[in-house]
Amino acid sequence: MVNYIWVGMTVIGVLFAIVNGTMDEVNKALFVSAKEAVTLSIGLMSILVFWLGLMKIAESAGLLEKLSFLFRPLMRWLFPDIPINHPAMGYILSNMMANTFGLGNAATPLGIKAMEQMKELNGGQAKVSRSMVTFLAINTSSITLIPTTVIAIRMNYNSSNPTDIVFPTIMATAISAVGAIMIDRYFYYRRKRNGRE
Amino acid sequence: MAWITTISVWLIPLLICTILLYGTFKKVPTYETFVEGGKEGITMAFSIIPFLVGMLVAISVFRASGALDYMIGFVKPVLALLHVPAEIVPLAIIRPISGTAALGMTSDLISVYGPDSFIGRLAATIQGSTDTTFYVLTVYFGAVGIKKMGDALKVGLLADLIGIIAAILVVSFVFGMQ
Repeated sequence: MVNYIWVGMTVIGVLFAIVNGTMDEVNKALFVSAKEAVTLSIGLMSILVFWLGLMKIAESAGLLEKLSFLFRPLMRWLFPDIPINHPAMGYILSNMMANTFGLGNAATPLGIKAMEQMKELNGGQAKVSRSMVTFLAINTSSITLIPTTVIAIRMNYNSSNPTDIVFPTIMATAISAVGAIMIDRYFYYRRKRNGRE
Repeated sequence: MAWITTISVWLIPLLICTILLYGTFKKVPTYETFVEGGKEGITMAFSIIPFLVGMLVAISVFRASGALDYMIGFVKPVLALLHVPAEIVPLAIIRPISGTAALGMTSDLISVYGPDSFIGRLAATIQGSTDTTFYVLTVYFGAVGIKKMGDALKVGLLADLIGIIAAILVVSFVFGMQ
């Protein structure tokens, strides 16, 4: 899908420039933006290095596991189908913690492990289980504590206070997580009413 | 909303202190661990270069030709009634589909409208508070061999919509309307 959008934007842009007589601007934009993209990526490096380094310390110190422990009661409510001491629960928690701290690369393998365990709990069938939908609903609503990349971009464009969007981001992400959980429950009860679960 | 901004500014330095103190307390070789983890950041920054170049070029061609303004002009009157800036519509559409494409759009909006403008802050908040639903579902379901996604896609997309609405409300509330 992203292929079509990408080609679409470029081709429509060029066609539009023919009609609109803005070909000069398009030519200029081509080269300026390519250069800007490289500068931006290099600019992101500073924050990425610092944050991933710091998170490695948190990970090695067992801070993420410690936090996971605090969230166990919530997990019991969110995933009533999974026994609290089942390995699936551990993977789900570690995945969420990694996501919260912006460790996308660490989160993905943990999330896949969690999915494997949930599939096993579901009798190994290639079918979506209730817990899987809940897990992915929370995952796609993206609980974030520090939106590092966004801060880096704002820094790059000389924001007067690059971190002032941290709290709004946390609030927006919390609202969308609560919304995701509510929608997930609604769909679950609807499936149940229709005798599909 | 000065206190909200204060929390935002204090949060990161305090978090850094907590992690460093906890690491020291747990006898983690903090500096060596930091350096080791930091190397990952270099790889990551380099690996996003082609994504950003591709996306930023396409977006800026689309913008420079006048096509983007033309498109925005169509949705503007409707969205203005809801106090939603039409400029963020392309970002809202692409966010669930591709994370790097959305990152390109966010940086484009921030560079065009300024990081401290309403649109710039809104783009930053949307980028930070939502995720690439299609990607997440494809990766996780693909990895365990599940083809039918059931309600997961609907739930994920509705959650994105809530996230975007929440971002608009929170940013308007904290920083005031444009």
